[in-house]
Order: sequence, then C-alpha cells, then structure tokens
Amino acid sequence: MGGLLRLATAGSVDDGKSTLIGRLLYDSKQIFEDQLEAVERTSHARGDDYVDLALLTDGLRAEREQGITIDVAYRYFATPRRKFIVADTPGHIQHTRNMVTGCSTADLVIVLVDARTGVNEQTRRHAFLASLLRIPHLVVCVNKMDLVDYREDAFAAIRADFEGFATRLEIGDISFVPISALAGDNVVDRSKHMDWYDGTSLLRHLEEVHIASDRNLIDVRFPVQRVVRPRSNEHRDYRGYAGTVAGGVLEVGDEVLVLPSGFTSRVEAIETADGPLQEAFPPMSVLVRLADELDISRGDLICRAHNRPTVGQDLSAMVCWMAEQPLRQGAKLALKHTTRWARALVRDVQYRLDVNTLHRQRDVDELGLNDIGRLDLRTTVPLFYDDYRRNRSTGSFVLVDEATNVTVGAGMLLRPAG
Amino acid sequence: MTYQLSHLDALEAEAIHVVREVVAEFERPALLFSGGKDSAVLLHVAVKACWPQALPFPVVHVDTGHNFAEVLEFRDRRVGELGVRLVVASVQQAIDRGEIADVPAGGSRNRLQTHSLLQAIEGHAFDAVFGGGRRDEEKARAKERIYSHRDEFGQWNPRGQRPELWSLYNGRHHKGEHFRIFPLSNWTELDVWQYIEREGLELPTIYFAHDREVFRRDGMLLATGPFTAPSPEAADETPFVARVRYRTVGDMTCTAAVASEASTVAEVIDETSTARVSERGATRSDDRTSEAAMEDRKREGYF
Repeated sequence: MGGLLRLATAGSVDDGKSTLIGRLLYDSKQIFEDQLEAVERTSHARGDDYVDLALLTDGLRAEREQGITIDVAYRYFATPRRKFIVADTPGHIQHTRNMVTGCSTADLVIVLVDARTGVNEQTRRHAFLASLLRIPHLVVCVNKMDLVDYREDAFAAIRADFEGFATRLEIGDISFVPISALAGDNVVDRSKHMDWYDGTSLLRHLEEVHIASDRNLIDVRFPVQRVVRPRSNEHRDYRGYAGTVAGGVLEVGDEVLVLPSGFTSRVEAIETADGPLQEAFPPMSVLVRLADELDISRGDLICRAHNRPTVGQDLSAMVCWMAEQPLRQGAKLALKHTTRWARALVRDVQYRLDVNTLHRQRDVDELGLNDIGRLDLRTTVPLFYDDYRRNRSTGSFVLVDEATNVTVGAGMLLRPAG
Repeated sequence: MTYQLSHLDALEAEAIHVVREVVAEFERPALLFSGGKDSAVLLHVAVKACWPQALPFPVVHVDTGHNFAEVLEFRDRRVGELGVRLVVASVQQAIDRGEIADVPAGGSRNRLQTHSLLQAIEGHAFDAVFGGGRRDEEKARAKERIYSHRDEFGQWNPRGQRPELWSLYNGRHHKGEHFRIFPLSNWTELDVWQYIEREGLELPTIYFAHDREVFRRDGMLLATGPFTAPSPEAADETPFVARVRYRTVGDMTCTAAVASEASTVAEVIDETSTARVSERGATRSDDRTSEAAMEDRKREGYF
C-alpha cells in the first residue's frame, strides 16, 4: 500500500462539509453498519428528512444536540492506494483556531463552496489560512451541483472567481472539482450528470496527488529529543541521539555541526530498533551516533556544517492567537520550538491581518481570540529555525500561558530582515 | 529513491516521536497494559522508541478480577520477557477494602476500573499515562488530543482541550494533574492488525478462532464462565459451542465474541478489511448504553 495523506476540510455547516466526509467514508465502505444505524436513529429522532451523514463525525453530545461541529475531529479511511487522515474542522468564524490546528499537519486542504452562493468571505478566509499554514495542495469542491442543475457555467463562474482571488495566495497546486456530496456526484465515482467535466473524481484526485516532494529534503535538520545512554552491560558505552528528522536527508558519513556549541563531527551510524540505516529523511524517528564524544543535550540541533538554520533570539512571526484573554505588547509566554522550550517576550504587535481582505491593520497593540498578526518576539535562549515557508517543522512554534499551562498561540517564523 | 514512508512506517514514526517526547519531558510516566492487542502494539512501539535502553517506566494493569485467563497469562509472559515492572491496580482489592461497591453478580465491573486507575495514578504520582486508545474506535475519542489533559480529579474536559499543532506537544501541568498519552491515536483497527503481522507480534490466543461455549444476549455472543452465565429465566440464552474469536478484550462480562474462522493474523486482516460492524459495536455492551456512553465515562477519568 502507498503512503499516508493528511487532509483538512474547511467549510461551514451549510456547505455540507461533514456530509462530504460522511460520503467519502460511506462510499469507500469505511462506515460500519452499527455506526450508520446509530446515525439513522438520531436523524429520525431529530425529525430530519434524510440521514444526516454529518452525525458520523460530530461526536460530542453537545454537537449532536445543537447540530454543530465544535472541535477538530479526526476521521480515517483507506483505499487500496493510500491511507487518509481527515482533520474535520468547524467553519464558524470563532473557530479559526481549530482550522489552524487542523491545517498545521495537513498535506492537502479541501475548501467547500456552495454552488448556489459561490465564493464568500468564509471561502477566502479558509483559503488564506491554508496558504498561511503552507498547505501545499488545495482542492476547491464546488458542492451542491445538483441544486444548480449540474450547469457548467455555474461551476466555471465560481472557478474564475476563486482563481482571481487565489493570485494573492501562496499555494502551488489548486484544483477544482464539481460535486454533490449528498447525491454522491464526483466524490468517489465520476458523475453521470456532468459530462462537461473532464477531471477526476475527488477521491481519485486524493489518491493520486503527488506529495513525496512536499517535505524539505535539502536542509538537514535533526533536533535532539533525548540523549540515550543505556549504561547496560550490552551497551556499555553507547551514546545515541534520539530524534525525528525535521529536514533534509541525513547520511552515514556526513560531516555535521551541532548547535548551539558549533562543534563538528561525522555521522557514524543511524540506527533504529530494527537495525542500522544508511540514511534518514523526514519524518523518520531514528537514533544518530556521532564519531566524537560531544556535549549534546535535548534541544540541540544537528545540521550540515555548510547549511545552518538561522540562530537567533529576536524573532519575527505570524501568530494565531487562541485565548480569550488578548495578547498585548510586553506579555511573557512559554514557547516550544522543535524540542526546545524558551520564554518569550512580546516586544511589538506589528500588525493584525484582516483574514478576509488580507489588509494589514497597523494601528493595533493587541491580538484577540482568533486574530492573526505579525509579532516581534525576544526569547531567553536562541532558537535554531528556518522560515516557515521553507520548513514547517523548524519554522513553527506554540505559545503557552505560564500560569494556566494552556496552549494559547501558534506561530510561523519569518526569515529575519536584511 | 522516493523519500516517502509507507503508512505503517509513518504511523510508527509518529508514535515513537510521541513516546520519546514524554520520556524526555515527564518525570513519572507509566504505560497501561491490559494484554489486549492495542496495548501489545503500544508496548512494542514504546520498547522500540527507547531502544537500546530498557523500558524506563512501569506498565500498569487495571485488573477487574473478571479477566480471561489467556490474557493474564500473556500479560505476565510479556512483562517477564521485557523485564519491566508491573503495577496491578486491583478492582477486587478496592471492593474488599470497601472503597467501592461491587456490581450485582453477572454485571460488568467496567466502570469500576476508573476508581482503581485513578488511585494507582495518584498513589504512584504518575504524571503521564500511555494508553492504546485510537480515534477510530469511538466518536468521543475522535476529538481527543494525543496529549490529553486530566485535572486533579482525573477528569477530562472535552470542551476545554488544548489546541494541538504540528508535532509540538504541550505537556505542562500543575502538580496533581496528569496527562493521558495516546501514541496510536491515528491508527485504525486494520493498521493495528497489519502492524501486528509485519512485526510478528504475539497476542493472547483468544484473538484467534477457537471453539468456546457461548450464549446469545442482546444480539451478542458472550462466553459462559465464572462471571457470566445464561439467565435461567431467558429461554433464548441456551448455551452452545461456536467457533469464535475476540476483536477487543476487556472485562469477560461485557466483551463479546464474534463468530469467526480466522485463526491466523493474515486471516484476521482479511476479515477486518471486510467487516461491516465496528469493533466496539460488535463486541462491547458497555458502549451500547447510549450514543454518549464513552464520552460520559471518559469525563470521569476512564481510559
């Protein structure tokens, strides 16, 4: 079987997003009979005219009662060609944080547009968030085509509208599929109602989209998670660095440099419990042994001597704020970046971004819940980072309230000016 | 060379990353090991994540006293092979001490496990407890984080969960609080079986087809045994011998068998690929109480 595709879906309740996911699960035979029966029972009890497939994903009691999606839900399905993890995110404006959460790990995002009403503010906001989070692939599903008599001109108008707006996005691959999630057109199988459409069904597209080159395979980045020293008879002098490859292809024999110390050494071995490897690439979890005994601890980073990340304590970042209490200049927060914790001081709120117009509001000094803005930060210790555009692992961080321990912000680092 | 992992390698790498983060950042982790297939996979992944070091934390079994003998035998053998410390949190002892009231004869002690689990967590001051829970199991679990926060009462607050972004896990907590950690969150039942096959993992024998005396209750096949017996009043609970296996393993009183001829891992994978009923729906009377049965138990501190 092939690899794993992580996808996020965005859209409001009315766009039929949960129905689409229900349809993908149902038509790819991932829904079990007992789950379907439970949904049918709830639908009938609520007096729905048809079985509401959205109930398959809305798991919490409050969601079913209110008919809304509260939190990111993860769903799974597989075809013989790929396994899929779906992060189903609510579309309401107050849930930007859920969309950002769901998008943070996604390879692809599906944005739903109602064929009757076309591109709206929410469509633009979702597409913008997907672009900000650097999701490499975006699929615009023009849904409810059955309600516009499967007309090509309805689809073409929405496509043109979206393409006009998309010139301002930084997403390399955008596709358009006309569908009806409720009736099943172009979801798993090609629709018989839209002969004018010469593309593939949505599921076929998800199976075939090329994701192998989306990860950064150029800049070797290996944040150390743990230093492993078993001190057992069998492994008396063993000293290995456990971690997940965050960028590049690390090979045995590579000359490497360790940050922050700046010491250099050579990769003597790359190991797993299953045996030694010649090379490792993202997102493999491995152990690295170096030729020299160096003082290395958790939070250090191994890279190539001639390809280093930025090392700095003065950072610029786009931050999505996720707490009720606004973020103000002067705030001090805990910050986690790769395997490193630091404290961060908010030196300046440069601007707030209007996620509907992309307009930069510069006359602000705080970020409220679900706001996105550009911050200048100062950290207690240097971070070893890359621009988020270049590497989503070494370019991202989370902010944590030091009093409550709650995660309150998601940050994407920008290359320093100059 | 295409630099892409198979889905099993990607899932394993993610789980190993999570285990290593916990070992690096928490003071007193522990791993819930019931002897079931998910916890067997979890234990295997944890051993791989820590290799070549021996597992640096104990395993915990919440023992209802209503176990399948085959599962206890497997538990003790695995623990012996790995040389790892086993902590048993006994529901029977809690009943004997008068801390909790037992259920009526034939009833399920499933819900009583919460008391013993929380007591073990508090008594040993565990701050991170690994569990084999998967998001595909149940709808309340579909919304749960990989790092799932529990307050000082062990309670889960589904509406107040911390956002979880990228692979940046936030395990900061106050004294007395703890985290449930679910490294297999993104695995499905089929992934678990495919991984068991690939890694050549051993499981308790009851996961494979065997002949057993069972009776039918609420459409499910329950084993006749020391804790469950057909009701004398119910005419339709006549016991009979059937070829069955178990898809999940819990308390004997609430875990049902499914009719099956699958006697090898490969045959189980074939059956799982074509199954039309979910594993909990087919076999767990504890989840049938209501659509939100799991959510309610989880809020109280259940697995």
